[in-house]
Amino acid sequence: MQPVKNTIPTTEAIVNLYTRCATELPGDVCEKLRKSLEKEENDTAKYILNTILENIDLAKKESKPICQDTGTPIFYISSDNTISLDEIKKHIETATKQATEKIPLRPNAADPIVGTNTGNRPIIHIEQSDRFKIDLLMKGGGSENISAIYTLPDAKLNANKDIEGIKRCVLDAVFRAQGKGCPPYIIGVAIGGNIEQVAHLSKKQLLRNLNDRNKDEHLNKMETELLETINKLKIGPMGLGGKTTALSVKIAKSHRHPASYFIGISFSCWALRRQSL
Amino acid sequence: MIDFTKLNVGDRIQLSAKLFTARDRAHVYLLDNNFDKIKNSIIYHCGPIIKDNEVIAAGPTTSSRLNPYTPKLIEKYNIKAIIGKGGMDSSVLNAMKGKAIYASAVGGAALVYAKNMTVKKQHMPEFGMPEAIWELDVKDIPLIVTMDSKGNSLYDDILQNSKKVLETLMHK
Repeated sequence: MQPVKNTIPTTEAIVNLYTRCATELPGDVCEKLRKSLEKEENDTAKYILNTILENIDLAKKESKPICQDTGTPIFYISSDNTISLDEIKKHIETATKQATEKIPLRPNAADPIVGTNTGNRPIIHIEQSDRFKIDLLMKGGGSENISAIYTLPDAKLNANKDIEGIKRCVLDAVFRAQGKGCPPYIIGVAIGGNIEQVAHLSKKQLLRNLNDRNKDEHLNKMETELLETINKLKIGPMGLGGKTTALSVKIAKSHRHPASYFIGISFSCWALRRQSL
Repeated sequence: MIDFTKLNVGDRIQLSAKLFTARDRAHVYLLDNNFDKIKNSIIYHCGPIIKDNEVIAAGPTTSSRLNPYTPKLIEKYNIKAIIGKGGMDSSVLNAMKGKAIYASAVGGAALVYAKNMTVKKQHMPEFGMPEAIWELDVKDIPLIVTMDSKGNSLYDDILQNSKKVLETLMHK
């Protein structure tokens, strides 16, 4: 097969990406929600999961946004040097305006000082790569507000710079969040690094397929164990009880400064809206 | 209108009524100004998507952000019910005693609610679409009473239970 030359996606292709992202929940997330419903025993939790599944079907059928909070659009672009980044940024900006009108998206950007609503302002991350790819995450505000960064050691949590300490931070974050960020949650965790790295890397974990397997054996084991422990808290869908508090935990690490040990925790609500181009 | 004070936590209701959406900016406005239209009515914590006066998507937003304003709001306007998600704190629970309830909608289920809502009027459009006060008529929207007017809160129960589990897990 001939290698495909990297080409800049058209504005129209990016508008279509927005439409898919806002209106269709990824298959792996739907599957986890359905499986949780089968296992759930709490009546309220079952009722909530059923309502969620009904809403997902409606959104797809009517091509309408799953949630009125269509989030902050975050683009993760992997690209080589042959692509003009200026041009792609222009296409994204034009597509954002068109998508806001067409789908429609909620105008979600407000000036923090004067309060003026300024439409939608996409965040764009660019990484060097041989293969061109765009991932779009439309990140809701409720789950963003419960995201957190911890520093180890933490005396209050009796948490040291070790695996047990990391788990304590994640459990504490879920406990504090309760039902505020629309559980069942998908939780991205980043260990080590410095402060901006753990925020970025933990959020990037939300792009992973929920059925993938972490190549790092330590992290893979932690992902499985943490998910099981979190669901023992019985916070449940929308924080009204039940055993489905989280659908998945995804963890990554990066090397840290000897003095620092950060744990970044990014939450997504059940409506994890991500699509790729 | 339903007598909300008769309802108990755990009750599921189908609500048909007039609602006013209000988020952070609207709460500040309502406390600083007199907006008599909302007297004796229902507040919905929601920043909807509305296009050409059609409600496209209108699920609840996180209520806890509005804890600091709500006791005064209930007092000033004699609010009968608050709809949102995630629950509110003990100051709100106290302010609701004998007067009002809090009911939870399912967060993210924006279309399930929108399909049974019609726009009556947009107030304060200068606040922008999510923050404006939208006057909506709703028909048979499904809700769960999660804080009642007798001082009961389902959120407190879940919090206390999860706290016990957390303490056991942390003391291992």
